[in-house]
Amino acid sequence: MFSESISIALAGLKANKLRAMLTMLGIIIGVGAVIAMVSIGMGVKDKVATSIAGLGSNLLVVTPGASNAGGSRQAAGSSITLNEKDALAISQEISGINLVAPAVTRSYQVVFGNQNWTTSIQGTTPDIQGIRNYSIEEGSFFTNQDVETRARVAVLGKTVAENLFNGGTPIGQTIRINNAPFRVVGVLEAKGESAGGNQDDTVIIPLKTAQERLMGITYIQNINVQATGTDVIYQVQDDITTLLRARHKLAATTPDDFTVRNMVAIMEAADETTSMITSLLAVVAGLSLLVGGIGIMNIMLVSVTERTREIGIRKALGARYQNILLQFLIEAIVISVTGGILGIVLGIGASYGISSVAGWKTVISSLAIVAAFAFSVFIGLFFGIYPARKAALLDPIEALRYE
Amino acid sequence: MSILLSEVTKVYQLGGEQVNALAGITLNISPGEFTAIMGPSGSGKSTLMNILGCLDRPTKGSYMLDGQEVATLNDDQLAITRNKKIGFVFQSFNLLPRMSTLQNVALPMVYAGVEKKERLARAEQVLAMVGLESRMNHQPNELSGGQRQRVAIARALVNDPTIIMADEPTGNLDTKSGDEVMNIFSELNSQGRTIILVTHEPDIAEYAGRVVYVRDGLIERDEWKVR
Repeated sequence: MFSESISIALAGLKANKLRAMLTMLGIIIGVGAVIAMVSIGMGVKDKVATSIAGLGSNLLVVTPGASNAGGSRQAAGSSITLNEKDALAISQEISGINLVAPAVTRSYQVVFGNQNWTTSIQGTTPDIQGIRNYSIEEGSFFTNQDVETRARVAVLGKTVAENLFNGGTPIGQTIRINNAPFRVVGVLEAKGESAGGNQDDTVIIPLKTAQERLMGITYIQNINVQATGTDVIYQVQDDITTLLRARHKLAATTPDDFTVRNMVAIMEAADETTSMITSLLAVVAGLSLLVGGIGIMNIMLVSVTERTREIGIRKALGARYQNILLQFLIEAIVISVTGGILGIVLGIGASYGISSVAGWKTVISSLAIVAAFAFSVFIGLFFGIYPARKAALLDPIEALRYE
Repeated sequence: MSILLSEVTKVYQLGGEQVNALAGITLNISPGEFTAIMGPSGSGKSTLMNILGCLDRPTKGSYMLDGQEVATLNDDQLAITRNKKIGFVFQSFNLLPRMSTLQNVALPMVYAGVEKKERLARAEQVLAMVGLESRMNHQPNELSGGQRQRVAIARALVNDPTIIMADEPTGNLDTKSGDEVMNIFSELNSQGRTIILVTHEPDIAEYAGRVVYVRDGLIERDEWKVR
């Protein structure tokens, strides 16, 4: 019974190939657009997520607050309230923490031979490698021993190495930072752009060397903390705040003199934004699918009117309500399902096309494919049922008389 | 398979006006009869035909077909009755375009739920009976009027109904083709099938053994011929 209805419906569509194709086009474009738009949205989301993750996973950054010089408040981070003991206390007193790396940063000119390059010099401890996902391409990272002995050693970011050495080997060479000589012990692997800018344009030296031999300061400018997981990161954030307030002896009414930034929270905010963009794109594309569905209904209504006499003949020969209903419903569903399948092909093709032509990252989502396809089948059913019912309810005598 | 109509009326609503198409018809047709229904246009003979053919239900009265009350059947039950018990032949042939002769003939068996293989085999057989086995794969528009009507007769026969209803079957045919078609009906009648024929041509009514004259929704005369 069912297979008969399918073959009758297919024959009906074959009789009007061009019309069936054009109707299908509405669905093809609709499904294709949904898939392509969602892959673009997911691509953006993915890119933002990797770029934030590039800063380090489960990362918290503690920075000092604004200093207050005679009533004139300076920029955030200008205060000198954080010191190494704060960092030590965090690592010793708070649970749920993997690594802690205090750091100072300032911009200096770096010179090698007749080449010079101005970049940010970070003074920190070897734990920064684990926190920021740095890996060494050549040589090695400096050690905790180097930090304690204030050793004049430096690890170069890829950009700095390329600009100073022009393809030569930097390991073992001596560079000058603000005229002080430093021996290059390692070069970092390239990390590329991230939310904070080019991560390869940096030079890393031991914390105490930077504080005492380069900058002449005793405070630190930020503390990088890696929590053990996303589940504890908010707890760790609260604990750090409580600990530092106690250490800095702040009264309950005094605002914090530091800021704890939680990268997971930033990532969640970014994720929310990109998810919203993705759903917006999907909804707009979904509207075109709806328009395609209206196209199916339109053409099915025309088809029912055109074939009134055929329906009358079939009924006179013994076709029941469900025979006629299925015949027209299946026609509508065949249009939407075929359109849906071709739309999936188009959508995937368009995603690859966009990523190769425009250079955008696209992520093809199987959920979007399944959802778009299911929606197109539903649309075929929804917009097919009214014309099919109309056909099935026709009075055979009236239908036979129809010219 | 007997046909018993008693006090059958049919009232239509036409633009707020009531039209009494049938005003109370009582008619018995025994199995194996060849009956012609005659009457001027507007006499109600087409309405009578629709009710006899289970395409329509009477407004009042009873229609017993094969011992079953048809007046109370629902649409689907009527469709099944049309499919199994009655074969239709129309004035304008009513073959489906874009379908081969064979598929057209096999169509009633689709709705009877017969398997495809058997369907085609039986359709072929029936086409041979009307002498069109060589036109099996032609489409209706490639056939002459007489051939088309023979295809329609084959289609009416394919589910082996005991009653064949024909509405002006020769109306669109030339005399020669009309005679051919009427000879087929005569032969079917001699096989024991009940034939009911609506016509306004006396020549055609000549083939029938009984002529029922209808006028103003009532039976005016009912004549048997002595053979």
